[in-house]
Amino acid sequence: MASGSATDWQATVEAVFREESGRIVATLIRQTGDFEVAEESVQDAFLAALERWPRDGLPRNPAAWITTTARNRALDRLRRAQRFARRQAALHALAAAESAEAADPFAGRSGLADPTGADGPSTESEAALPDDRLRLIFTCCHPALSPEARVALTLRTLGGLQTPEIARAFLVPEATMAQRLVRAKRKIREARIPYRVPPPEVLPARLASVLAVLYLIFNEGYLASGGEAPIRRELCAEAIRLARVVVELLPDEPEARGLLALVLLHDARREARQAPDGSLVLLEQQDRRRWDRAAIAEGSALLAEALAAGRPGPYQVQAAIAAAHDQAATPAATDWPRIAALYARLAILAPSPVVELNRAVALAMSGDLEAGLAILDGLGGDARLAAYHPFHAARADLLRRSGRSAEAAVAYRRAIRLTANPAEAAVLRERLTEIEAAGR
Amino acid sequence: MRYLFMIFGAEVDPATVPDAEAAAEMAAYNAFTQEVQARGLMLGGEALEPSSTATTVRVRDGHALVTDGPFAETKEQILGYYLLECADLDEALEMAARVPGAASGGIEVRPIWELPAEAAPAAPGATAV
Repeated sequence: MASGSATDWQATVEAVFREESGRIVATLIRQTGDFEVAEESVQDAFLAALERWPRDGLPRNPAAWITTTARNRALDRLRRAQRFARRQAALHALAAAESAEAADPFAGRSGLADPTGADGPSTESEAALPDDRLRLIFTCCHPALSPEARVALTLRTLGGLQTPEIARAFLVPEATMAQRLVRAKRKIREARIPYRVPPPEVLPARLASVLAVLYLIFNEGYLASGGEAPIRRELCAEAIRLARVVVELLPDEPEARGLLALVLLHDARREARQAPDGSLVLLEQQDRRRWDRAAIAEGSALLAEALAAGRPGPYQVQAAIAAAHDQAATPAATDWPRIAALYARLAILAPSPVVELNRAVALAMSGDLEAGLAILDGLGGDARLAAYHPFHAARADLLRRSGRSAEAAVAYRRAIRLTANPAEAAVLRERLTEIEAAGR
Repeated sequence: MRYLFMIFGAEVDPATVPDAEAAAEMAAYNAFTQEVQARGLMLGGEALEPSSTATTVRVRDGHALVTDGPFAETKEQILGYYLLECADLDEALEMAARVPGAASGGIEVRPIWELPAEAAPAAPGATAV
């Protein structure tokens, strides 16, 4: 067991870290009541694993080994810092947690495989773990923290991403991101943001905040507003992984399932939405054979389960829209009337000018150009859309198709000016050239 | 944990407020105060005279500079405060949402800085830092 190269061991420890660190940090935070101590101790434990595992062999239960080692490190840290009453209280709590579990030892407590041959931690401690992660998600996504801090803290403590990685992903200096994390953790401690799953009466509102954070993380990776590609992929993968955790821990919340379905149904198109030169490929020009069938199937199944609960919400409806696109073999096969109806539903659940814009496009695509244009005319005065290029691009398209070339040309020029994406700008320019040529 | 609830809102001339409205506001505050008392959360709370009665003192180079008016001239001023004992921020935010002034202005919720208990007994084997 103690064989294998250093690189293999590095990969093994990294795999355990990716999969387990959020869960272990969550447990340690509950036991110490202190984010910093918990994070640093878990960090230490993984470093210790890099040193010990190649020598002593892989513990039977690596996660339990890390948890135990981290708890011991946390005790050391708290003892050193115990002149503060707050830390003293944490120390007592931790000591109590340890003695409670001492009667039922973790596998790998000695740093080696469990001598009793049990294949994992006791059922009791295993049952306690999911709650910790769920508590941690709700604490990290507490509305008393700024949205930026919620995202950063979630990625840091639950995703196990390093501060420099998060800084790169969000295009902010590392020092700024570090400061943001420090401030958030301080507020959690000083203002006493509770570490618990919210009671039923506030759960829906608080769950919405959690789901919004996960969707933000996904979109930051998916919409590629900048940054390095590998980090972007990582953000999408992390959002999907965390959404899975939420669904697993709150199986009766259809909106959580809806969000997981939504991100899977979008992520299914990832291979087709980038040209070899890295530019974005629009939905109607994507090679649909490259869409991930397994992800579409999983997303569609999750959506069906969510809808069966009979409590629709914005994520479920958006997932249904994504599914309608994913299920069309060709752009022409798209069920536009269904998509228009879904946008009408979404406009009631989560009204926004962008939803109205999409509804207008779907109506036009399903053949009712006039209805689509009427909606866009109604939105024309909305200041939020003035600099939003998809609005002008959609309006240009609808005007062109209804034969109003002069107005269409004006809208195309405006859309081209506002588009930052070269692939989109190229398509718009092509259309503009077409109508200009036809007009001569 | 103690939290200070600072009630921020636009200052209005009491003479311009219809009697019925003033009475309704007073009743709403009385109800809130009675509720926090009944729940054992109330540590203190008062309404303040308008910011036109405020005086701000700054000591610079050993000299007290006294100026007429509030610390910051803003449209919304502190109209009053509560000092409540709450289990955690969630309870504090729940109570803040029920302060009548939250519906027109806003309630800034700030935890009270607690002195670290230096006198807490040290565990055996601990080194003093």
